Amino acid sequence: MSTLGAITQLLEIVCALLAAPAFLGWVNQCRAWLQNKRAPSVLQPYYGLRKLFHKDVVLAENASSLFRLAPYIVFGTMVAAAAIIPSMGTGLPLSMAADGIALVGLLATARVFLSLAAMDVGTAFGTLGARREMMVGFLAEPALLMVLFVAAMISKTTSLPLIAEGLTTRALGLYPSLAFTAVAFTMVLLAENARIPVDNPATHLELTMIHEAMLLEYSGRHLAMMEWAAALKLFNYACIGFALFIPWGTSTEASGPQGLLLAVPVLFAKLAVAGGGLALIETLSAKLRVFRAPEFLATAFLLAVLGLLVHLLLGD
Amino acid sequence: MDVSFSYLNACLAVLLAWGAIGLAGMIRPRSLGIAARTLFPLGALCGIALAVLAVLSIATPAERAVLPLGLPDLPFHVRRDPLASVFLALLGAASAGISIFSTGYFRKGEGALPGLLCLEYHVFLASMGLVLLADDAYAFMVAWETMALSSYFLVTTQHRIPEIRSAGFLYLLIAHVGAISILLSFGVMQGGSWQFTFDAMRAAHLSPGWATVAFGLAMFGFGAKAGLVPLHVWLPEAHPAAPSPVSALMSGVMLKTAVYGVLRVSFDLLGTPQWWWGLVALGLGLLSAFYGVIFAAVQTDMKRLLAWSSIENVGVIFTGVGLTIVFHGSGMGALAALALIATLYHCLNHAFMKSVLFLGTGSVLHATGERNLGRLGGLIHRMPWVAWLTLIGVLAIAGLPPLNGFVSEWLLLQAFLFAGDVPRTFVNMLLPVGAAVVALCTALAGYVMVKFFGVIFLGQPREAALAGAHDAGLVERLGLLWLALGCVGLGLFPVQVIETLDVVARDLLKLPAGRWGGDWWLLAPAAARHAAYGPLALFGVTLIVVALAGLGVRAVYRRRVRRGPAWDCGFVRLDARMQDTAEGFGQPIRHVFEPFFQMVRELPTPFDFAPRYRVTVGDRLWTLLYLPLGATVRWTADRVARLQQGRIATYLLYSFVTLIALLALVL
Repeated sequence: MSTLGAITQLLEIVCALLAAPAFLGWVNQCRAWLQNKRAPSVLQPYYGLRKLFHKDVVLAENASSLFRLAPYIVFGTMVAAAAIIPSMGTGLPLSMAADGIALVGLLATARVFLSLAAMDVGTAFGTLGARREMMVGFLAEPALLMVLFVAAMISKTTSLPLIAEGLTTRALGLYPSLAFTAVAFTMVLLAENARIPVDNPATHLELTMIHEAMLLEYSGRHLAMMEWAAALKLFNYACIGFALFIPWGTSTEASGPQGLLLAVPVLFAKLAVAGGGLALIETLSAKLRVFRAPEFLATAFLLAVLGLLVHLLLGD
Repeated sequence: MDVSFSYLNACLAVLLAWGAIGLAGMIRPRSLGIAARTLFPLGALCGIALAVLAVLSIATPAERAVLPLGLPDLPFHVRRDPLASVFLALLGAASAGISIFSTGYFRKGEGALPGLLCLEYHVFLASMGLVLLADDAYAFMVAWETMALSSYFLVTTQHRIPEIRSAGFLYLLIAHVGAISILLSFGVMQGGSWQFTFDAMRAAHLSPGWATVAFGLAMFGFGAKAGLVPLHVWLPEAHPAAPSPVSALMSGVMLKTAVYGVLRVSFDLLGTPQWWWGLVALGLGLLSAFYGVIFAAVQTDMKRLLAWSSIENVGVIFTGVGLTIVFHGSGMGALAALALIATLYHCLNHAFMKSVLFLGTGSVLHATGERNLGRLGGLIHRMPWVAWLTLIGVLAIAGLPPLNGFVSEWLLLQAFLFAGDVPRTFVNMLLPVGAAVVALCTALAGYVMVKFFGVIFLGQPREAALAGAHDAGLVERLGLLWLALGCVGLGLFPVQVIETLDVVARDLLKLPAGRWGGDWWLLAPAAARHAAYGPLALFGVTLIVVALAGLGVRAVYRRRVRRGPAWDCGFVRLDARMQDTAEGFGQPIRHVFEPFFQMVRELPTPFDFAPRYRVTVGDRLWTLLYLPLGATVRWTADRVARLQQGRIATYLLYSFVTLIALLALVL
């Protein structure tokens, strides 16, 4: 393990922890602008977290220890996921231990714990949210896996840093398979992060919500951890997208400390553009009925499989 | 037979001990004390001994012996080789946990006499061991039939209930249809030598056509035992009928003997399998995996749900078998070894995790007397030990890191991913679609398991009687703990397991010894650069982050934690019936995969004063395949029955005609 690798690793984790709420704030800000509203500050999610950390926790009477443990587990898995995604540099020591498939597994662990916690109190909304979250998950997870498979087949490895490196060093050109999977990935990102058209993060209309329904019983520090984990999840997904589709600008072992210094502003530039794009998609689309969500995700899954077949047919 | 120490003799001694323990139960069949307090713990010790012996013997060369049993000219041949050792280890380790649990479980005798139960149980264990060691068709079939019969009696422990009797009959029927097919397969494999030892079958060189027939018959026979779609119908009936430890044993261990059979026949007895057989196994496996998991998602009976989940897992295992055959037949040795290791690993994993789950349902059943998910809930408060240990099994079977289910899934997906160079283009195109199905099934397994755990253990109790539920006793916890620790150990130390399985794979596939990449903590099938997984590091980092987050928040946070009524958006009259039910939780799956189900809905009209909503989900294959088949058999039987007139003169006439016909034939 090189020193530079360790520094990159730490920097990535710290950066993810600190920048994730800002990224969420930025998406919200862009969306407000696009909708001709007065936008909240980019820092609004931080204010929210600070407020929650200053409030009492009210636990439901029949909440079990699973309910109290889940926020930390979800948060922990999201941080671990942030540590293995090559968002800034590819020389990550930890990503040796977990490849793309393990990343999908980690995200699934977070989802399962979130859903179980939502079922713990036994309210109508909580169980409804858990059911819908798992419904979204059972199609989104294989779709994400297929997206990773295409990239893995192109670079002949499932290790994310190597995929990113492999795609950086290839000649610039349009890979049809990657185009398919990019669309699929965007759809998965929207669904998994409770964005329109699958879920609406801005409403508390009980009958349509998914993610918020699961968090209804949380308060105080537990809610803060959950909100922070949700911000981290969005950040992580964005970084997976960068690593798979626009990996240019990340530092490698060869590029040294200068590369790392350059990688930070590059990452922020990518996040800024991606946040704007996300806000645009959310503004342009309408929320689907919950029953239509499986169709949306099945499309994503099939697009990803199509990408795989296109890759095999064309051999690019 | 010489009596010096060999692993084979030691394993046989354990099987003999199991038989003796079973017979000892019959000395005083009504005494619960002897059966529960002495004999089942002894059986568990034998299981541990068998597991240790089997693990130690894996890397040693094959041993063989001839037993002084059987017919005068047809003694039993036995042989232990690395493949048998792996499955013996699985049998020993999983049955040890189940036997410990049974010590506490069979308190009320469960319908049959405790001593009789003890006999059936241990004969079942010993016969499974003999299936794995048998080296001729005769010994194999005897052991196989003993296994089927003893498990039939165990399934029908509560034989006074008509549903259980009919479930048992269905099991017995399909087991025997399968056994006939296996017998015919052996008949083909002896290849004209009329020697039924496995050695003769190895030496017989079958033409490709006959080899295919033998493989097809074996797939049918073993598939019936394993529960491959469309021969799966007995599983969802027999598992809920049997007492929970028996379900655990059947699902966790017995189904694996069928996997063993297919591996033994295709790679050992038939020599080199043809590559396209793999596609058959792969297709059936994927179909079973998918079919099993979507049906698991819509079940309302907890043990039936687990039975369908077993069908899914058997499907995943057969997918691995198919992949192995395809690679092996295409001359890709390293990949075949990888796929075979993934298969064997999943067999081990499933033995542990499914046993945990079945035993967990057993404890719930004991504590509440309820199998229906619609009447359970909130048991994590009443039964914390069972709940948390079951949670380990749930996370493992959902394929989540760092537990064991993820490791085999990871290996299988790697095998799919690196398949790019199969020398047949259309197979190359098919395999990634297979990987997509495996990924989909794993994600759906997560759905099923969230439903299973959430509805039973979380939320509010759906019935008032659940408040009196008690946690499992000490020995039951111990049994559960043993199996749950197995799940954790297989998940965190995959490299050590795989190095052992690698020996087996290379022995079975006749490959030269090789080495895996990676380190003691890092699993890497090829070079570590291409794909690596280090569960210890991943788990460690996640654990550290969770701990730091918890401690950090605790250090900073200055506010109180108080308890209050659930918020539920301000709704005040919350009761347990407002929670999602098992039917409700399965609704998205029913909606998405509607064409696969046969649904009967009972919907209330707007004017119903006591509205009722009911939906029953049936298996289409039952009406499409089994009912017509049953009708055909009955029709044929009716026609044949016309021969029976019930008059002695007619029967004498039949004998006379037969004699004349035979004479005419001979002369």
